[in-house]
Amino acid sequence: MSAVPIISVDGVSKQFGVSYSLMRRLAGEPPLAVHALNNVSFEVHRGETLGIVGESGCGKSTLARCLVRLLDPDGGAIRFEGRDISTLRSAERRAFNKRVQMIFQDPYGSLNPRMTVSQVLNEALSVHRMRPKRDIPARIIELLDLVRLPHDAASRHPHEFSGGQRQRIGIARALAVEPDVIVADELVSALDVSVQAQVINLLLRLQEELHLTLIFVAHDLRLVRHISHRVAVMYLGQIMEIGPSEGVFASPRHPYSKALLDAAPELDPTHRSRVVAARGELPSPLNVPPGCPFASRCPHVFDRCRVERPALTKRAPAHSAACHLVDFGAMPSALADAV
Amino acid sequence: MSAGIGTGLGLTVRGLTTLFDTPRGMALAVADVDLDVGPGEMVGLVGESGSGKSVTLRSIMGLIQTPGHVTGKVEWGGRDLVAMPAEELRRIRGSEIAMIFQEPMTALNPVLPVGLQLEENLVAHTRLNARERRARALELMNIVGIPAAERRLNEYPHQFSGGMRQRAMIAIALACSPKLLLADEPTTALDVTIQDQILKLLLDLRDRLAMSVVLVTHDLGVIAGTCDRMAVMYAGRIVEMGTVIDVFRQPRHPYTRGLLGSVPRAGAVRTMLSSIEGTPPGLTDLPAGCAFHPRCSFATDICRQERPPLQSLGADRKVACFHHDRVAAAEAIL
Repeated sequence: MSAVPIISVDGVSKQFGVSYSLMRRLAGEPPLAVHALNNVSFEVHRGETLGIVGESGCGKSTLARCLVRLLDPDGGAIRFEGRDISTLRSAERRAFNKRVQMIFQDPYGSLNPRMTVSQVLNEALSVHRMRPKRDIPARIIELLDLVRLPHDAASRHPHEFSGGQRQRIGIARALAVEPDVIVADELVSALDVSVQAQVINLLLRLQEELHLTLIFVAHDLRLVRHISHRVAVMYLGQIMEIGPSEGVFASPRHPYSKALLDAAPELDPTHRSRVVAARGELPSPLNVPPGCPFASRCPHVFDRCRVERPALTKRAPAHSAACHLVDFGAMPSALADAV
Repeated sequence: MSAGIGTGLGLTVRGLTTLFDTPRGMALAVADVDLDVGPGEMVGLVGESGSGKSVTLRSIMGLIQTPGHVTGKVEWGGRDLVAMPAEELRRIRGSEIAMIFQEPMTALNPVLPVGLQLEENLVAHTRLNARERRARALELMNIVGIPAAERRLNEYPHQFSGGMRQRAMIAIALACSPKLLLADEPTTALDVTIQDQILKLLLDLRDRLAMSVVLVTHDLGVIAGTCDRMAVMYAGRIVEMGTVIDVFRQPRHPYTRGLLGSVPRAGAVRTMLSSIEGTPPGLTDLPAGCAFHPRCSFATDICRQERPPLQSLGADRKVACFHHDRVAAAEAIL
């Protein structure tokens, strides 16, 4: 891990306004807003895979979109190699777009149905002037090889491919501009398990070959655990826990991470539990409670959690959690030494 | 656990076949499916999209419409549901056999309050009067764990969260105390902590109401956490069947083995997953012989020519593979 992070996110917030109803105007109440991101900070190092995991509505997709500047944050800053990306203009911005690429969840919606695969790739290659015009066809073949699609795929339209193949086209398009960072938002959640595994294997191999930095956003804990070096667990627009993959999954230091882990279905029919991992449901993001966002569902909740929001603090080297119970999930020191 | 067979209890499916006449030819969605569900038993039906697991469930329930065509036998309480007149089937559907669906937002009527949709079922199948129906509706809401039931009964589905909608749908299904619950991917659209709640609710209800449950899912983890027995489907056929413990311990069909290997597990971080190459075949254009052979690493000539029959391997274990011994002997993947 190099010392200078390739991306650093510093106190980023993002709100989405909801239409200001007449009733609220008359009552003199302020307009409502969805707090999609709430003071999120973390760093991404070159060559690593950072997994961002959370349930729907936790803000993980908003975060992904902010990272590639499809959305501009309301507060805080995102720095790419030390430069605030919101200050980039014209040529610099295009250069940034080239180096940080996003792959979307929906392989049906993110490819133009009227363009052939070679047109899709050609567009990416020529907009960013990646190759002289005469070298483009050869580069397209190279890209298809890279994602293991047959060469005749170039002249076909997206509807002629299966979901897994379409996702490969999405990957090829992102790789066409030779990016440093790939942000993958729910890359495989629309795919069948066996095809999921193919795409995950492809991603692992490409990362190795091309020294990519990968930000892998997903709701599937098993997938995130499998692919990530480090993991950030999000809940209601905040990072609840961030740390090395083994650390977070072996001994989660936040009750929410533990609940998420307990709820994830494991492939072992001999270890069954009838205890519900987390009661209740996600509170409305329009009305985030003042204390810890997880307080309403947490089995370990106490008075302080309801009034004071816990800050993300260090629990172990490179491992932080936002919980008032600082010792939650900590191994007894003797045990920790043994491990 | 096949105590129900022959005694008139439980569900017995024999040779269930569902064809769809499509412009591209006959699609064989479900082919020759045999399935037994004993009383109080939870059976999982697992497979990828297009494997025929949902169509099997719908065929059992008699929900297949033209251009679909169902043949075979679905025996329930000594009666054959496939051959039964529509009117008689209506009396069983929703009372003795109930079904819950993947997407509660489309399965529920968006313009009717949840309470009214619950009562519809009671009006159709019971002789309760309005006051008794209201009381039963409240009781059901409590059973499935919807708080503030009194108020919630008057609300519309869009006012419910995804998890609460699924609970409401389960409440409607349970209205007449069914003996068999058919659950079609009931948790696929939900978050994991909510999925966990709903699955544990289903297990509790199964115990309390002594229901049989057929659970269709694509997630092997869900099967591992809930079911007693399981059947794996591929291209419309059951390819492996057995108790969940047995199948997970030693898969005997290469497809089951591949599925298990495709799911990321703890303790193998950033390793290659043992994926299955290729994609499932189209149902109008199934390969000759074993439908799985183009994707199978165990395949030999016989697999390309002949379809392996679903053979019995002792109590409660069936597999449709010529090479099941080799598959069983292969290196463990779990």
